[in-house]
Amino acid sequence: MISLRRTAMGLLAAMYLSALLAGWLAPAGYARQFRDSPAAKPSAFFWLGTDELGRDSFARLLHGSRVSLSLAPAAAALATVIGAAAGITAGYWGGWIDTCLARVMDLFLSVPWLFLLLSVRAVLPLNVRPLQSVGITFLLLGLLGWAGPARVLRSAAREIGGEDFMRQARARGCGRLRLLTHHLLPNVAPVLAAQFWMSIPIFILSEANLGFLGLGVAEPLPSWGNLLAGLQNVDAVLSCPWRLAPLALLLLVMACFHLIVPMEDFSK
Amino acid sequence: MNTRWAVCALALGLAPSPHAARLPEPAPGGELRFCLHAEPKNFNPLMVSEEPEEVLQYLTGGVLIRINRQTQAFEPELAESWQVSDGGRKIEFKLRDGVRFSDGVPLTPADVLFSLRSVVDPALHAPAGEPFRTGKGPIVVSQPGSHRIVMALPAPMAGLERLFDQVAITSARAVEKSARPDEMPVLGPYRITGYRSGSSLLLARNPFYWKKDEAGRRLPYIDSVRLSIQQNRDLELVRFLRGDIHLINGLDAESFDRLAEKHPSEARDAGRSLESEELWFNQVARAPIPEHRKEWFRSRPFRRAIAQAISRADLARLVYRSHAAPAIGPVSPANLSWFNAKLRVPTFDPDASLASLKAAGFSLAGAVLRDRHGNAVEFSLITNSGNKSRERLASMIQQDLARIGIRLNVVTLDFGSLIERITRTFDYESCLLGMVNVDLDPSGGMNVWLSSASSHPWNPAQTAPETSWEAEIDRLMRAQAVEPAFARRKALFDRVQEIIVEEAPVVVLVDKNSLSAVSASLGNVAPAVLHPQTFWNIDRIYFRGGTGR
Repeated sequence: MISLRRTAMGLLAAMYLSALLAGWLAPAGYARQFRDSPAAKPSAFFWLGTDELGRDSFARLLHGSRVSLSLAPAAAALATVIGAAAGITAGYWGGWIDTCLARVMDLFLSVPWLFLLLSVRAVLPLNVRPLQSVGITFLLLGLLGWAGPARVLRSAAREIGGEDFMRQARARGCGRLRLLTHHLLPNVAPVLAAQFWMSIPIFILSEANLGFLGLGVAEPLPSWGNLLAGLQNVDAVLSCPWRLAPLALLLLVMACFHLIVPMEDFSK
Repeated sequence: MNTRWAVCALALGLAPSPHAARLPEPAPGGELRFCLHAEPKNFNPLMVSEEPEEVLQYLTGGVLIRINRQTQAFEPELAESWQVSDGGRKIEFKLRDGVRFSDGVPLTPADVLFSLRSVVDPALHAPAGEPFRTGKGPIVVSQPGSHRIVMALPAPMAGLERLFDQVAITSARAVEKSARPDEMPVLGPYRITGYRSGSSLLLARNPFYWKKDEAGRRLPYIDSVRLSIQQNRDLELVRFLRGDIHLINGLDAESFDRLAEKHPSEARDAGRSLESEELWFNQVARAPIPEHRKEWFRSRPFRRAIAQAISRADLARLVYRSHAAPAIGPVSPANLSWFNAKLRVPTFDPDASLASLKAAGFSLAGAVLRDRHGNAVEFSLITNSGNKSRERLASMIQQDLARIGIRLNVVTLDFGSLIERITRTFDYESCLLGMVNVDLDPSGGMNVWLSSASSHPWNPAQTAPETSWEAEIDRLMRAQAVEPAFARRKALFDRVQEIIVEEAPVVVLVDKNSLSAVSASLGNVAPAVLHPQTFWNIDRIYFRGGTGR
């Protein structure tokens, strides 16, 4: 298991590195349209061929990876922080605070997030650059995706709050804040970390869903979502299997993120 | 008749032509299958509003006058003849004799009176009746003779005949039965015999259909039509490739090429259609956008420079795989009667575009175009999400405009949000959408080109025209709408097209081709650019060999 985890981490590191070096590895750029070479096959110049507008597919894949791999962890971090604040507060304090926060979590979980995201996006300003647009997309994902981690962390906080060591600390006159920072937080930290790692592939997939619907990252910036949208034509994909590269990469990244989460965090 | 004249008569038309002799004999029978892309909302022939109901009306309804989808000429149907008089205020029909409903009951002038009166009744709000209500005052429908019906309008209307292509002739008892479509008597080639909500409709040949072929056989040739309700266009193509269905209207370029690769003879490109893609700038005075941008969008040199900087040929070649053509003007050459043939495709010339922008006070500093106040020229373009072609168009326009230093931010929105912005809040800068000219006649475009119209794209519902050229368009459009002489109408509408090209409030980008799929087992299918492209002559389509595959 450890070797698998190390392999996954190595692969992720390699992917991050190649995404960061996208400009050097694929100098053609992701936006330039080689209009005389639309839908070209892989060649020495275009390693993964070109799309219908003649844009270098390899460059778009690397730049798309950069977008998804950098912003999904940021969105995951945001969702985890909000989720932790809400979940631990609810689980630790209990009572009416817990009841209120639990209802809010239920509300967020019951709202169809895709429609909510569409509605929120529809009222955002139009004149934003592609990079800002992708930032907004992931910010929204982070702001809307906190309820899942919050529920897990609420349960963890309640469970740990009832442990003997917490009772002893309370009996010795330990204050609430100290209990929280010195006893509770260190014990929920593994769950917090697991939630963070698990959220990353969820946000990558969420962006991919939005991109597939044409509502993700704005043109000409690529992301895995809008690259996957090009796979809708089954026949074209079968005749040009190199077009499956974004899907293969997405699957690999998802598998890697799942493998690097320590399973012992869930065995409690 | 002397012998010489008799020989001439035979040579001209009475004798079968050698071409006709070579054609295979249409054999009756079989079941034609194709898809509806949505559930019909109702079966009342007077309340047709959307595509599924239009298809059903075309297959089952009878009309007084039909526009031939191929020649775009008027043809007599239930009206044997007609005459427009009083400068377009009155139309008189002579009804065809011996026409029966599908239940065998004869069509009477009372039924025609009922149909026409219902359609123009303001209380009924029949969609087909809206275009008739242009003038103030009542529309009077009367029966001056045993087989004659007259409709009198309060104001003259040019091209009045065309409106009757959309008016189904029915009867009071048919409308009463429209909730049970399988019992509803009709006058068209088919009648509805089965309906499974969300799944399919089955139509059977109308045994009393009035039309016969040249050999005297009663039409239609095909026994039944099965319409599957299928929203997903990819699945529709898969079903066609499997042989489950026989026709597809309105294929996209990518699907068309997929089909052409496998079955070249079944992929049919009828050439330029009446569907175009276009871009316009928000010119609404109260729009919540910065003033300097409004100033650009209201500047004719700016709009023309943008039009000149976009490579329409590249758009047609790459986005539509050459199944489109660079647009010439607001009317496609597919509109045989009304297209202004003097217009030419605007030239793609980024250098000339930049030069005209510089002459208008813009300047290129590095790679950024700036206006006379130093503002970088940057604006957003909205289009609907999920439409791959439009997203690609936007991306190509983005690159073309970048060459002249303009930054374009492409924003895809769900359709509801987009419509809200362009019709209500006006919170947008430019928009990329498609336009379909369903009505060939210029009067059909009154709701678009008049400055007071709610669908006037760039600045709708103006209380008074805000520019002199819009006032001129209003004047020309109103004049053509009441001008009875075709040549004078044509001259007036030609000028409208010229003004739109000169002023470029709408940059028409490409005219898409009419692409369809037609099974090789079908005979007599001649796809046209007008709806319904493949089955406009449904009563004459037949299966080679008599039965469907």
